[in-house]
Amino acid sequence: MSGTIKGLNRQQMADRIALEFQDGWIVNLGVGIPTMCSNTDIGDRDITYHSENGVIGYGPIAPAGEEDLNLVNAGGQNVTLKPGAAVVHHADSFAIIRGGHIDVTVMGAYEVARNGDFANWKIAGQKGGGIGGAMDLAACAKRVFIILEQTTRSGAPRLVDQCALPVTARGVVKLVATNYGLFEPTGDGFRIREIAPGVTLDEVHATVGCKLTVPEILPAMRLVG
Amino acid sequence: MAQKSKQVGSFREAVQDIPDGATIGFGGFAMPGVPFNLIKALHDHGAKQLTLVANTTGGAQQPRMPDIGMLVENGQVKKVVCAFTASTRPTDVIPFTKYYESGEVDAELVPQGTLAERMRAAGAGIPAFYTPTAVGTELAQGRETRVINGREYLLEYALPLDYAFVRATRADSFGNLQFHRSQRNFCPVMATAARIAIAEVDEDILPAGAIDPDQVHTPGIFIHRVVRVPPAPEGIWPQRRQERRR
Repeated sequence: MSGTIKGLNRQQMADRIALEFQDGWIVNLGVGIPTMCSNTDIGDRDITYHSENGVIGYGPIAPAGEEDLNLVNAGGQNVTLKPGAAVVHHADSFAIIRGGHIDVTVMGAYEVARNGDFANWKIAGQKGGGIGGAMDLAACAKRVFIILEQTTRSGAPRLVDQCALPVTARGVVKLVATNYGLFEPTGDGFRIREIAPGVTLDEVHATVGCKLTVPEILPAMRLVG
Repeated sequence: MAQKSKQVGSFREAVQDIPDGATIGFGGFAMPGVPFNLIKALHDHGAKQLTLVANTTGGAQQPRMPDIGMLVENGQVKKVVCAFTASTRPTDVIPFTKYYESGEVDAELVPQGTLAERMRAAGAGIPAFYTPTAVGTELAQGRETRVINGREYLLEYALPLDYAFVRATRADSFGNLQFHRSQRNFCPVMATAARIAIAEVDEDILPAGAIDPDQVHTPGIFIHRVVRVPPAPEGIWPQRRQERRR
């Protein structure tokens, strides 16, 4: 993934999603950009980060030299624990997920459709796939937020009419952060809520693969720090 | 009356009765909980036509550690049952892909929570269950679903194991286990699903009774053999992961 993408960088996309987390939420962060949400300073809001492997209440990535090699997040990175943390086994961890105890799951994706379908487990033409916990989380978390780049490397839209790739779950996505802005699927298209600095509305229109609704006053994307 | 100790002197001895065609579960999520030493012993043992159950097929991270992908590369595997059977990043190619795409090895792709619950069910005497996971996806095509209280659910069957390999931090001679942090992951449920569960253990095996009963994570009734992991380089220990370049 290139370090020089237009608009927001990876940490800024994660930061913007993290700003949506409300006090007291239990949050699951997927592999890749979503795990960067646990680095975001969102003030004194009390957030409990949950990972599929049964870690409840983890904090930032462990500083070099202070890693516990038996403590990882969903991405296999060595993390720290916050006061009040607990560890359970995998079946209990997914009981937490399927039981509806996760307030939001944040995931990466290849595509999000206007009706809230999304695809993130199988690449075109590939045999097999990488589902991990994504289907359990997508089907059962109270909210699904997605972070992805606005377009593919070849410039094709990732916010689309209909997913071309096999879906992970149907009709579940509530909010999408890209390097170009913050979007909500509305059923008949996407509504842009905020636009990234350095990105024009024309560029957004050109890179959304279906109807785009723009509010009369379009705020700039909220950033941390 | 003294209980017979479940401690076994070597990894070779711990896996020597595993027959061709066995179904074996492997604990582990990323580095923690992976029974590296038992995997290496099974590699050296050479049992074939195995069905292997694990979170991933291995080989996606550096440094490469003993993983089920190595058993695939060694020609010992008929089928894997995993939550990841391919990389989700086009730029990453995992070693398993070659064997799967050529048809040499079969694979069943299972959502991670369903994988854990299928083994929990097997260990708990539940033959099948309904889950909302994967409803409306390619995985549910042609399979039995049922609407319960207005929501659609997918039928999933229990997944019993012949053997389970797990890694724990502490064990007593009865096989009571304690895990450290995320070492736990799949290990306890796999142990319950298996006819024979084998634990490789970080610390010296304690006498029975040395672990407070309230602090036991997996009771010894589910564990049949325990082996102490020797210090490196004879024993294999988790390594600091090398970050991938982006």
